[in-house]
Amino acid sequence: MDFSPVWISLKTSVVSIIITFFLGLWAARGVVSVRSTKAKAWLDGLLTLPLVLPPTVAGFFLLYLFGAKRPAGIFLEKVFHYKIVFSWQATVLAAVVISFPLMYRSARGAIEQVDANLIYAGRTLGMSERTIFWKIILPQARPGILSGGVLAFTRGLGEFGATAMIAGNIAGKTRTLPLAIYSEVAAGDMDTAGKYVLIIVAFSLLIVAGMNLRGEKKR
Amino acid sequence: MSLQVEIEKKLNDKVLSVSFDTEGKQGITGILGASGCGKSMTLKCIAGIETPDRGKIVLNGRVLFDSGKKINLRVQDRHVGYLFQNYALFPNMTVEENIAAGFKCRPGQKMTAEEIKRQTADYMELLHVTELKSSYPGKLSGGQQQRVALARILASDPEVLMLDEPFSALDAFLKEKLQLELLELLSGYDKDILMVTHSRDEIYRFCEHMLIVENGRQAGFGATKEIFKNPGTPAAAKLTGCKNIEKIERVDDHTMVLPNWNTTVCVKGMIPENTTHIGIRAHYLRLPENGQRENLVECQNGKILDDPFELVVVFEHDVWWKIPKESWQKEYQEKMPQYLVIPEESILYLHG
Repeated sequence: MDFSPVWISLKTSVVSIIITFFLGLWAARGVVSVRSTKAKAWLDGLLTLPLVLPPTVAGFFLLYLFGAKRPAGIFLEKVFHYKIVFSWQATVLAAVVISFPLMYRSARGAIEQVDANLIYAGRTLGMSERTIFWKIILPQARPGILSGGVLAFTRGLGEFGATAMIAGNIAGKTRTLPLAIYSEVAAGDMDTAGKYVLIIVAFSLLIVAGMNLRGEKKR
Repeated sequence: MSLQVEIEKKLNDKVLSVSFDTEGKQGITGILGASGCGKSMTLKCIAGIETPDRGKIVLNGRVLFDSGKKINLRVQDRHVGYLFQNYALFPNMTVEENIAAGFKCRPGQKMTAEEIKRQTADYMELLHVTELKSSYPGKLSGGQQQRVALARILASDPEVLMLDEPFSALDAFLKEKLQLELLELLSGYDKDILMVTHSRDEIYRFCEHMLIVENGRQAGFGATKEIFKNPGTPAAAKLTGCKNIEKIERVDDHTMVLPNWNTTVCVKGMIPENTTHIGIRAHYLRLPENGQRENLVECQNGKILDDPFELVVVFEHDVWWKIPKESWQKEYQEKMPQYLVIPEESILYLHG
């Protein structure tokens, strides 16, 4: 059995969760501080879209932007002599885009549930907004933010549609576990597909259950 | 010390409109009103947490807010101390860290870590929380939380101290002890203090001056004892705890009819011409003396609220009567009176 999909998947999901985590947190903080309720609703909708649309739609948009003859693609090619389509980095790009809304929404919910009086108290004491965010909001919102991170990580691990479209299905390069399962089934090798399935099920279950146990212990 | 406030803000179903000035006023200024009348909103507007639609807030000559000149200082730049109803201690910080947080942000004054540590220790001593220094707020009682929150506010050296229902989160049996402690602590404080409460007892005990807010509207501002003695308006009378507030029809300078109570009251003094209501505190209704026929109110179908030391009786037509248990047993032999007298000296003349 070829273990490269396992390593590629691990590498992709670890790198993408680091990016998603901070991007999602940053977006959440930004959206929470938007005053106009209308602007907030639309912005939130836009940021949530990748979660509710089929991943192929996200893949389409990514190709539309980063394709070899599209603006962002041409820019990368010209300036960095770098082609992202069908590269390993494209699997990260796809995983980030698809898992981002989970992180963003969890972080936003957690931040919004922090007792407003704590924030007001910080302000009346003279704390800067930055200090309030790092010293008061973040510690209070930590459980929600962490669980959002775990969800986003497992979602990134399971990403298929957008990855297939922008990164392709190149064995040893961009073939992640979900793609490997698809390929084996398509080739009629149910046994190998089953093994990949077992690995991804066990791994995801371990992470989600581990998060729950950790939360219980804290309580 | 002076705090001038003159603001208007539209709330859901009413308009908050208050205006007062603490210039030259000693002691604590109280804001009395029923829940949801806008009294906490007033404090929030002063702190900058909420923005009034119109008006002006000036603290010790510094303009915090002026809608005409488009001035609206950030909360951080207003230097106000705000004791929140739930005390708002930072749950992830120990008592010591909470208080140190106040020192760290003192306006225009950078303190060294050592200095902060020393001063924090002093303040913990002052407020008797030294033994709790490594505890987290979740482990503290309400009274302890209140003291830590106060220490934290005092550490930030504000120019005005605002207390938002400081005792509402405390158990009843602790309340009075803590009130004494707080009174003692604040007696030497030389800045303006504002206190919001719905309790007339707290206002009476703590505040030399008071502002009455009724449904967003200011219904009086002045010396507390004066207002309790002569509330002036039905709203103020009600909030100072007067149970009987009756509409009257003035017949002449000495006679008035109380249509709801179905009686006529004659007094020796003058009934002010603009009187629309009178108030009689429930404690002051008493038994008629032998043969007395005047100024009586009929008492029917009394419903009794039995308190530990007094009896509250509500008769038909909303006649409220309160009587200490001892008198109830001795003077009345626990029998319901048929009539009670409205004593002239207890009548509050109200208008509005």
